[in-house]
Amino acid sequence: MTITLNHFGAATVFALFASIVFGITHRETTRDMVRYGLKCFAMFLGGALVAGWVMWVLRR
Amino acid sequence: MADSTTEKAKEQAEPLSVMAVVAPAIGWLIPGAGHMIQKRWIRGGLLFVSIVTLFLLGLGMQGHIYKANGGDILDILGFIGNLGAGGLYILCSVMDWGQGAIAFATADYGTKFMIVAGLLNFISVADAYHIAIGKKR
Repeated sequence: MTITLNHFGAATVFALFASIVFGITHRETTRDMVRYGLKCFAMFLGGALVAGWVMWVLRR
Repeated sequence: MADSTTEKAKEQAEPLSVMAVVAPAIGWLIPGAGHMIQKRWIRGGLLFVSIVTLFLLGLGMQGHIYKANGGDILDILGFIGNLGAGGLYILCSVMDWGQGAIAFATADYGTKFMIVAGLLNFISVADAYHIAIGKKR
């Protein structure tokens, strides 16, 4: 069985799990962990989207 | 002056407890277990689910597992990343999983997923150690 993810799906899965680990390991309190995890998730996905659009513009 | 500096240094230097050795070791072998053994159940569970899922997804995407090698620097770094996954890496080595050639883009994503899972586990191990020595709650 081979799992197939498209590029955005792979980026989302990566961002989700990496953000959970970053949130837990980089902050002290539960509230800060959640906030930092959400921030990391937004930055990962936002960064991927921005990079994608930049590449689209450069390709034109 | 010198006495107060020495006292501060003594306060900062925690004695090496059994937990400071056991927690990172078990945390490396089983992702999140280093936290669970210190009664951080939710944190440990979330770390376990995140790291194991990422690794298994990579394996399911036909990603490549690097074996110990002395060749290309990227292969060596890939091995170090994979090694971080601990028990999962040992299991894959024993079962000879993840040895197929990377033939499509998804498999390349899978390879990166498994490397990142290992690196995230290194961070998790360091966190378990910090909890064990009292540097973090």
